[in-house]
Amino acid sequence: MNATVYTRKDFQTDQEVRWCPGCGDYAILAAVQSVFPELGIPKEKFVVVSGIGCSSRFPYYMNTYGFHSIHGRAPAVATGIKLANPELEVWVATGDGDGLSIGGNHTIHMLRRNVGLKVLLFNNRIYGLTKGQYSPTSEVGKKAKSTPYGSVDRPFHPLSVALGAEAGFVARGVDVMQPHLKGVLKRAAAHRGSAFLEILQNCNIFNDGAWETIVEKEVRDDRLLALEHGKPLVFGKNRDKGIRLNGLALEVVTLGGGVTEADLLVHDEKNPNPAYAFLLSRMETEPGFPTPIGVLRAVDDAPRYEDLVANQIAQVQAKKGAGDLAGLLHEGDVWEVK
Amino acid sequence: MATTMEAPYRRKETLESAVIRFAGDSGDGMQITGSQFTNTSALFGNDLATFPDFPAEIRAPAGTLPGVSGFQVHFGASDVHTPGDAVDALIAMNPAALKVNLGDLKPNGLLIVNTDNFKEQDLKKAKLEKSPLEDHSLDAYRLFPVELTRLTRAALKDLGLDAKSMDRCKNFFALGMCYWLYNRSMEPTYRWLDDKFKTKPVLAEANKLAMKAGYAYCEATEQFQTSYEIPPAKLSPGVYRNISGNTALAIGFVAAAQRSGLRLFQGSYPITPASDVLHELSTYKQFGVTTFQAEDEIAAVCAAIGAAYAGQLAITTTSGPGMALKMEAIGLAVMTELPLVICDIQRGGPSTGLPTKTEQADLFQALFGRNSEAPLPVLAASTPGDCFWIAFEAARLAVKHMVPVIVLTDGYLANGAEPWRVPTVDELPKIDVSFRTDPADFLPYERDPKTLARPWAIPGTPGLEHRIGGIEKQERTGNVNYEPGNHERMVKIRAEKVARIADEIPDVVPAGDPDGDVLLVGWGSTYGSITAALRALRARGRRVGHVHLRHLNPLPRNLGEVLRRYRRVVVPEMNLGQLLMVLRAKYLVDAIGLNKVQGKPFRQDEIEQKVEEVLG
Repeated sequence: MNATVYTRKDFQTDQEVRWCPGCGDYAILAAVQSVFPELGIPKEKFVVVSGIGCSSRFPYYMNTYGFHSIHGRAPAVATGIKLANPELEVWVATGDGDGLSIGGNHTIHMLRRNVGLKVLLFNNRIYGLTKGQYSPTSEVGKKAKSTPYGSVDRPFHPLSVALGAEAGFVARGVDVMQPHLKGVLKRAAAHRGSAFLEILQNCNIFNDGAWETIVEKEVRDDRLLALEHGKPLVFGKNRDKGIRLNGLALEVVTLGGGVTEADLLVHDEKNPNPAYAFLLSRMETEPGFPTPIGVLRAVDDAPRYEDLVANQIAQVQAKKGAGDLAGLLHEGDVWEVK
Repeated sequence: MATTMEAPYRRKETLESAVIRFAGDSGDGMQITGSQFTNTSALFGNDLATFPDFPAEIRAPAGTLPGVSGFQVHFGASDVHTPGDAVDALIAMNPAALKVNLGDLKPNGLLIVNTDNFKEQDLKKAKLEKSPLEDHSLDAYRLFPVELTRLTRAALKDLGLDAKSMDRCKNFFALGMCYWLYNRSMEPTYRWLDDKFKTKPVLAEANKLAMKAGYAYCEATEQFQTSYEIPPAKLSPGVYRNISGNTALAIGFVAAAQRSGLRLFQGSYPITPASDVLHELSTYKQFGVTTFQAEDEIAAVCAAIGAAYAGQLAITTTSGPGMALKMEAIGLAVMTELPLVICDIQRGGPSTGLPTKTEQADLFQALFGRNSEAPLPVLAASTPGDCFWIAFEAARLAVKHMVPVIVLTDGYLANGAEPWRVPTVDELPKIDVSFRTDPADFLPYERDPKTLARPWAIPGTPGLEHRIGGIEKQERTGNVNYEPGNHERMVKIRAEKVARIADEIPDVVPAGDPDGDVLLVGWGSTYGSITAALRALRARGRRVGHVHLRHLNPLPRNLGEVLRRYRRVVVPEMNLGQLLMVLRAKYLVDAIGLNKVQGKPFRQDEIEQKVEEVLG
């Protein structure tokens, strides 16, 4: 069969996009719509599933199959779709509130099972659709509608949560860094098991500048660290800073004066020990550390849940033969009344 | 009552029916003992009804009153509709079981007690000052004190088992005694033991020996002067099996999947008393059944919704508290108009309530539990065997009308059993399913003019890419739409779609008198008690009818007219009057409730008394 050649337009719907002007979601939509045509997958195989929130309007703008479900439950709906038809390419669009607060339980269990879903978690550190309450990723002290004196609870690190839930693919992209974002989207698409991608996204209405201290053009070279498999962890405008392992902790070092690239950690996204990726997933919490972007972990050796379920059914059918309805109805002791 | 003389001191009495109850500690195996007696009686050809009654705790402290577990079986030579109001024979394995159950034993009833469990500490655990075996408090019964523990150990002494393992066989000693008393064959239980202990033949052997010893004990001792015979019932011709409600429900869905050509998908989360449906379906992988034990009740229903969207026959099974958790998602299924069957195996509530006890707790929840206007069909099974047909009907309605359907059963139906006439495959109607494949003029919310069902267009179909979700839909296109007029139209369309299902619901035909003084209206598991009461009332010349509703939404078209044929309408329910309120609201009928919320089914006489009281 000749694969249909798609363009970005094929994945656009006729529905008016209703995010606020300037929302980071536009950039994410554009990136996904430009990556999908490149994947060589028939359009009808795509299903985009979402929960509730600004990010969850995503399916309406993707000209694929789409399901805008209820708050937090997209991973569960998507799991049912994938179990029913493992051939489908099921993508989940969610946010920091949807995926980590009300739907946190489904997120971790989907990852634990390794359902072959691609999860895009739009992280703007705020509840946008309900007009500005702090979220489970908001920094401590966040002054928002429901926290006029500042929030007091500790935030989640989404990638740490995903790693703790056994995710095999964990990555981070940024709404305003299109080429990089497309790169990680393609990597997520290529991963067979659960792929978890956090996308740092700005909410210019309720949390403007959510990530500006690290993603603005002037600062990003010093504040972001773009991970590349097999390359040392180097960052900085002058590429003169790096990350070194010291015992069980990471430390920032300046290259030169006896410190060379050979002293630095070399990024290994295939490291079987998730502890390495876990260190990366939260290093920005220490002062002076950059925020890593790119693929933290890409280990694809665990079988997919939907395949295990299908295989078990196939094995039982091979052993017992296809089910016989008359036999089922008459199972156990029967007797006849004449 | 026929009596035949067998030996000078032995008589065989023929009875129309009998009720026996096995009662012991929750670790004594009373449920297995009762099930075995039931199965053997079913195979013998009796009609029967059972009532297993056990505590929520897996093992409440041994020997205490809360730890008592009971299994009652009513078996007869003619139609049996209830587990029986009172007990003819009680087997009590300890003082607590005796104390809890004695009140239900008929005067002069047969009472077998395990005297080895009547030591001072056993009495203390049962909060008894002195032994009822010695204070003449049991004089009104035919008491048979038996050293069950000692006799079981003696029977098993050569098997090399430890004392604990031997003691675990004493329920089979009691079972053997009952088989002698009621002239039953031990063969079916032998077969069951061989299968159950395939890998531990010594345990099969031990239980068989204990059972034989119990049988032989009755044969040999002169304690028992009489044994009983209950001839086979004259059931309608056919092949029968003994079936519980949960099993019937499970295979009903497998049958519906087979007859529709759809794969069955069950999303579920363990909850009493619904878990057995999950256990059962998880063994049917050869039928292509997918069982998904989800992380919670919400994920269970959401995964089922996802599977329905992707083209499978999707169900979710739960009980009251789980139902409450699922409600938002059920609303989503109403909005997205996907076929889904939600089974609520009701139990006592609210909150955790009485997990192992029965109650018609959730009719209101099923009808009205969702936010906004979210009507859907609600069906209720009336007997354990009927659970099969209700499952089948629910699946048929769901896929035909593209609508979520709620099935209500309860703990009593779920765990109770009855002989069930096994249908042939040809008796099961084919369920027509057609997925939309033609992209020409496709609109996701275009409707079938007759049923108002929208097309089932599953992901993977070229050219039908579309979006659905919980936001209000524009008529026909299914696009997001907030216009006031559109919303009102859609609310009415969704209601009309469900209301039109009444076109295929058969008119109700009252049992008993077609008009008269009192109409009993019931739903669900009260069927047996009402049926038995109706028969007794009519035998006394009362002019009484009975309508039992399988479809609780929409209601049968002629129900209002039928209600008006009777002077009074009485609605027995195991709640405080949920159907009652629906009938009063919908038909403006001055119906009277008979309400019982004790975690127990109605006794026949409770219904009879209420009718007599209403008749004045």
